[in-house]
Amino acid sequence: MQVTSSVREPLVTGGKTYHDVTHDVSRHVEAKPNIRWFLAFLTSAGVLALGSIAVVATVWEGIGMWGLNKTVGWAWDITNFVWWVGIGHAGTLISAVLLLFRQKWRTSINRAAEAMTIFAVICAAMFPVLHMGRPWLGAYWALPLPNVFGSLWVNFNSPLLWDVFAISTYFSVSLVFWYIGLIPDFATIRDRATGLRKIIYGALSFGWDGAAKSWSRYESVSLILAGLATPLVLSVHTIVSFDFATSVIPGWHTTIFPPYFVAGAIFSGFAMVLTLMIVTRKVYKLEDYITMGHIELMNIVIIITGSIVGIAYITEFFIAWYSGVEAEQYAFINRATGPYWWAYWSMMTCNVISPQLFWFKKIRTSIVATFALSIVVNIGMWFERFVIIVTSLHRDYLPSSWAMFYPTWADVGVYLFTFGLFFTLFFLFAKFFPVINMAEVKSVLKSSSDKVHK
Amino acid sequence: MKENKKTYWKGLEQLNNDPEFVKNADREFPELPSTLNEEGSASRRDFLKVMGFSLAAASLAACEAPVRKMIPYVNKPVDINPSVPNYYASTYATGGDYASIVVKTREGRPIKIDGNELSPINKGKVNAIVEGSILSLYDKERIAGPYSGGQLSDWKTVDAQAKSALASAGAVKIVANTIISPSTLKAIQQFADANGNVEVIMYDPLSNYGITKAAETYYGSAVLPSYSFDKAKTIVSFGADFLGSWISPIEFARQYAQTRKISKEKPEMSRHYQFESTLSLAGANADYRTPIRASQSGLAVLALYNAIAKKAGAATVSAPAVEIAHLEKAAADLWASKSASLVVSGSNDPNVQVVINAINELLGSNGTTVDFANVAHYRKGDDAKMNQFVTDLNAGRVGGVIFYNCNPVYDFARGAEIAAGIAKAKVSISTNGTLDETSSLVQIVAPDHHFLESWNDFEPKKGHFSLAQPTISPLFDTRQAQESFLVWAGDTTSYYDFLQANWQGGLFTQVETSGTFQEFWDQTLYNGVLAINSTSEALAPVGDVSAAASAVSKAYSADNASAELVIYTKVGIGNGAYANVPWLQELSDPISKATWDNYLTVTQKWASENGVTQSEEHTSKASITVNGKSLIVPILIQPGQAEGTFGLAVGYGRTKAGRVANGVGVNAYELLDASKGFVNFDITSGVEVSATGDSYKIARTQTHQTFMGRENVIQESVLSEYQKDASAGRSHPQIYKDGEFVKPSKISLWSGHQYSQHHWGLAIDMNSCIGCSACSVACQVENNVAVVGKQEVLNRREMAWIRIDRYYSSDAPADDLSAMEVASSNPEVTFQPMMCQQCNNAPCETVCPVAATTHSSEGLNQMTYNRCIGTRYCANNCPYKVRRFNWFKYHDNKDFAGVNVAQNDDLGKMVLNPDVTVRARGVMEKCSMCVQRIQAGKLEAKREKRKVKDGDINVACAVACPTDALVFGDLNDSNSKVSQLLKIEENTTSALKEVNEERAYHVLEEINVSPNVWYFTKIRNKDLNEA
Repeated sequence: MQVTSSVREPLVTGGKTYHDVTHDVSRHVEAKPNIRWFLAFLTSAGVLALGSIAVVATVWEGIGMWGLNKTVGWAWDITNFVWWVGIGHAGTLISAVLLLFRQKWRTSINRAAEAMTIFAVICAAMFPVLHMGRPWLGAYWALPLPNVFGSLWVNFNSPLLWDVFAISTYFSVSLVFWYIGLIPDFATIRDRATGLRKIIYGALSFGWDGAAKSWSRYESVSLILAGLATPLVLSVHTIVSFDFATSVIPGWHTTIFPPYFVAGAIFSGFAMVLTLMIVTRKVYKLEDYITMGHIELMNIVIIITGSIVGIAYITEFFIAWYSGVEAEQYAFINRATGPYWWAYWSMMTCNVISPQLFWFKKIRTSIVATFALSIVVNIGMWFERFVIIVTSLHRDYLPSSWAMFYPTWADVGVYLFTFGLFFTLFFLFAKFFPVINMAEVKSVLKSSSDKVHK
Repeated sequence: MKENKKTYWKGLEQLNNDPEFVKNADREFPELPSTLNEEGSASRRDFLKVMGFSLAAASLAACEAPVRKMIPYVNKPVDINPSVPNYYASTYATGGDYASIVVKTREGRPIKIDGNELSPINKGKVNAIVEGSILSLYDKERIAGPYSGGQLSDWKTVDAQAKSALASAGAVKIVANTIISPSTLKAIQQFADANGNVEVIMYDPLSNYGITKAAETYYGSAVLPSYSFDKAKTIVSFGADFLGSWISPIEFARQYAQTRKISKEKPEMSRHYQFESTLSLAGANADYRTPIRASQSGLAVLALYNAIAKKAGAATVSAPAVEIAHLEKAAADLWASKSASLVVSGSNDPNVQVVINAINELLGSNGTTVDFANVAHYRKGDDAKMNQFVTDLNAGRVGGVIFYNCNPVYDFARGAEIAAGIAKAKVSISTNGTLDETSSLVQIVAPDHHFLESWNDFEPKKGHFSLAQPTISPLFDTRQAQESFLVWAGDTTSYYDFLQANWQGGLFTQVETSGTFQEFWDQTLYNGVLAINSTSEALAPVGDVSAAASAVSKAYSADNASAELVIYTKVGIGNGAYANVPWLQELSDPISKATWDNYLTVTQKWASENGVTQSEEHTSKASITVNGKSLIVPILIQPGQAEGTFGLAVGYGRTKAGRVANGVGVNAYELLDASKGFVNFDITSGVEVSATGDSYKIARTQTHQTFMGRENVIQESVLSEYQKDASAGRSHPQIYKDGEFVKPSKISLWSGHQYSQHHWGLAIDMNSCIGCSACSVACQVENNVAVVGKQEVLNRREMAWIRIDRYYSSDAPADDLSAMEVASSNPEVTFQPMMCQQCNNAPCETVCPVAATTHSSEGLNQMTYNRCIGTRYCANNCPYKVRRFNWFKYHDNKDFAGVNVAQNDDLGKMVLNPDVTVRARGVMEKCSMCVQRIQAGKLEAKREKRKVKDGDINVACAVACPTDALVFGDLNDSNSKVSQLLKIEENTTSALKEVNEERAYHVLEEINVSPNVWYFTKIRNKDLNEA
């Protein structure tokens, strides 16, 4: 029997040469910032500045600036935290897990995805600090540091402490991984540059010489870091979910949370990557590198993870009924039919129904539809966290304490602050860093037969 | 001459020309090392050293914290030991309310009021208002000295002015609330004797004139009887809120609770019927409660009279027929428990009270549950006299008026007329301590001391006396009012001497004692109370019921179609005299759970007919017009209210009480009707109510009304079931594990604590908890709990460490969750005090990242404020939601200065308990089971080299509780009251105690957090088919 393999679709289209790759990516770094970039950057910085007012007000006056109360002790703060952490999942997944699985299509998107991860984790990390009543103490008391308070130590039983470790580990590994990947590209820019730019990029590239030995070490380090980062992709959101899963509150106390949170994180992370990549690709004219093939593959990941969270939502309801626990049953009925029904149904529509549209090839290969749905998914995922946190807390065991949560301007402002921060960082990245991993793209340039060049 | 010039040597060194000396000869301090180098200028190093030092010194000086000096006593006052509290027996008596109290002082500052256990009347118990009244001492809006013509003056001027003005004024009226002080009356009498034409007019804001007037009609003597609810097996109340505000609620609550406590040994309880228009605290505790319209209330009383008369074979009276549910049943029960039955009415209509007297007479209650021999003196107000006074005042027939510690402009039905008439008197004087609605209108204000700064005596009941003594030197230039009367009478004796002399000449001669007067005085002052044997004659009826009955049947109707307004009193604010105490404003009303407002209570039916809705805090306003007077008030939908009835509480709408109370709510006293010769709190005609549609927010601490049928929260049953099975109503959750169902406590991740010394616990009897909320205020005072103001309560951020959860029953089927959220139109009410449950498997402790909340070796879940970083994870994970977060800085913050006066004013801060930290912004707090008291009790026992005895230590809530619903103690001590109540037999040091009392349960037992607080099932004395 003879098997004929089909010809692989090329990962990079347009018949790009190595020089083209270098040029297409580096020219954005080398060119003067254009007006569009300035406008985008200033808008982000403006949002950041506006949001800072809320941050300052919160730190100055107290957490009372937010809409929280005796019953709902967390709302937008932790919702935003989990949301940003979730978004920060795609980068590492794409670079580490897909690297291990030899998914070469990842090479043109991993750089931006990783950058997004790091910025999202920075945004996420704002909330655990800002949501503290006394951040000036909590920022370091939450770390197991030697101290002069006697034998005072942190509480290793607390999932919040696990969070501290999980997030900081994830952030460190992601940052190192991202930076290692950047070194050869910085060197490329350095080699093309003159003057001050040459000095700066020279410093950034750590004296990369492009020797075979360097490449060999580069590959080894990437592989080791990928190996380290892979369990982190699973652990970070697992541990974030422990904040809820280990508690006694109906709607939180759920063993399904770890896989459900990880799937949700990948789901939202891919959606965010899509949102950003579609824009970057268009603005930087990188259609040959980030092809429809990429978009379609990512959409498929979204269908899968979206379906997983959908099943998780339904499973929660089944278990609530099956458990026979009154408070648990009420918590779920209340989610769907209580005062926050709109949040629940927004979540269901955005996360469960809308991704199913990607079963249609026409939709999944449409830039406009993908862009729209990627935003819908992120809205849905925000609502998911809101539903879990607020609707579970607002009506728990004792009806006497049941209350509503209404956000204040400061809640909105702090959220805006992180948006401002995220996009400010992202635009700086897009301008000054190579948005596509040139070195790795070059390695996949000839991965398929030249004959299919069109 | 030159040759003769003497040379003085500085020393032998100079004479000898010592080289060392010569080198340093021109330096001022040759013995010190040189700061100069050879060239005579400072070296660079020296310069830098000096510069560095000065900079460092200057900057250190700048950072230095202000020095707050602790100065030890040069001569230590006797009895004042730093950090050791002193207790003084005294008396609270204002506006007709009475309590014998013990005042706790620290370093000379009164900081807490408890009940005096030696008092046979309140037996160590207080209510919310008495607890809260201590803050009024430290009200910075008290006036600093006497006022004359609106200006701060001095006593000499004021006295001269008052004396001359009073001498020429003609008829002088002294207007006062009930005076129960014999010496005060004597001082006033002395003033009257000196001045000639003086009359004392007493009125009470919460008038019970109807009762005294009826006693005069029916028994021939205008007295207020003593009631003994503890002796009653059947209690019928027509609108008398005897647990909340009627006459002497502390006393009645304690008596009532004795009949409500049940145990295996005494499986019996009283049966309580309540017929009322608005849902009162007493009504909420009733076994059978029938909403009736105020216009029917007289007829309901007549119907009961006729029903009893039939059984007694006495003549019935003719009365219009009226259909009242449970009335026949009540009559049957009353008759069955003859002579142990009690019928009371809250009506101020003397005719109705005559019929009540007649009913009690038929039931043989006179002398058992109602005592007209050992009369009470709490209410001597005479509405008719007061009415006459107002008329006279406006007609210019009153020459001089002295308002003795009363505020009729605010709290009398015809207050506006008094306000207008004061100027018509030649001289007007007030002794009030603040420039309130009345004293701001008079010519002279001669401010009285606060009651905690005063000497006085009281005779609350015949033969019962109590003393008040100062617990602090007067804070302002005030003078005891009695002394003012004496001064104006030309007597310069101090009131203290006057008082003592009065006792020496009077009471001392009536007691059998071998000691001297000083010994007798000291002992009485120490005890605070004195009971003397007094002969008492039972009163026999001299009047006739038929005249009253026919008046009642004319005045009331069975089918009034128009709207009716019932003006009621709230437990926290009472008559409004202490409205400026923010603790009381923020106290969540046990029925409506509202704070910082009064509001028009409407029925569910009226609300739905008028399109008025209420969800969470959102509500709307209504306009109420009563005989021409209109007020705009917010609406609160109140289940249990009679159809066509509206309710409005007094005590609000103060305009000159101070910054806390001014502008809070509306003044319902204005709507009272004094036209029938008595102050009528039930307005049954001329009432119009219309919804205005304007939106409004009422700050309620609990917005969800029902317990959603959750048996893990409320477990209840009826008496007959309890008698069959003591565990009736209990729910026993079972968890499936390894093929069998086991108790939740059998499955645990925890290894469990061991408490080798003490194991503190609390048992709460939901049968005796009447919801009065005295515990809540007591806790607030004891633990420096912040007041956060209306807006923050609206934001659901009140700080109460102990709250009363009030649940209504719902008629909806258990599977209709949204219908279950709606209370029945006449619901059963359950009160559940809720505070930190001090869980042995505490969910809060495991989740705190910094171990700020940990478990003590005595079973307490302790909160370390200093360590808290404020993640609020503990509060989220608390199944009971009892943790409170400091969302803002509540102390020393101008944003909260207007409400949280105890933590913002310099004066207000004097009330703070120095043993308890004032919490900082951003930290979590909660009930600590008064750990400071536990610590103090243990230290005291240690000092006396003994073990802690049961009763040595008690928590503030349990101390205040008038019904002993809360019992605190050591669960490791099998002899402690709490162990006995819970029937903990085994002497184990394990955290898990085997509780054998069938009624005791843990709230949310199924999650096995293993609380150290147990609740006893609520048992109602109802027929099973009606439960």
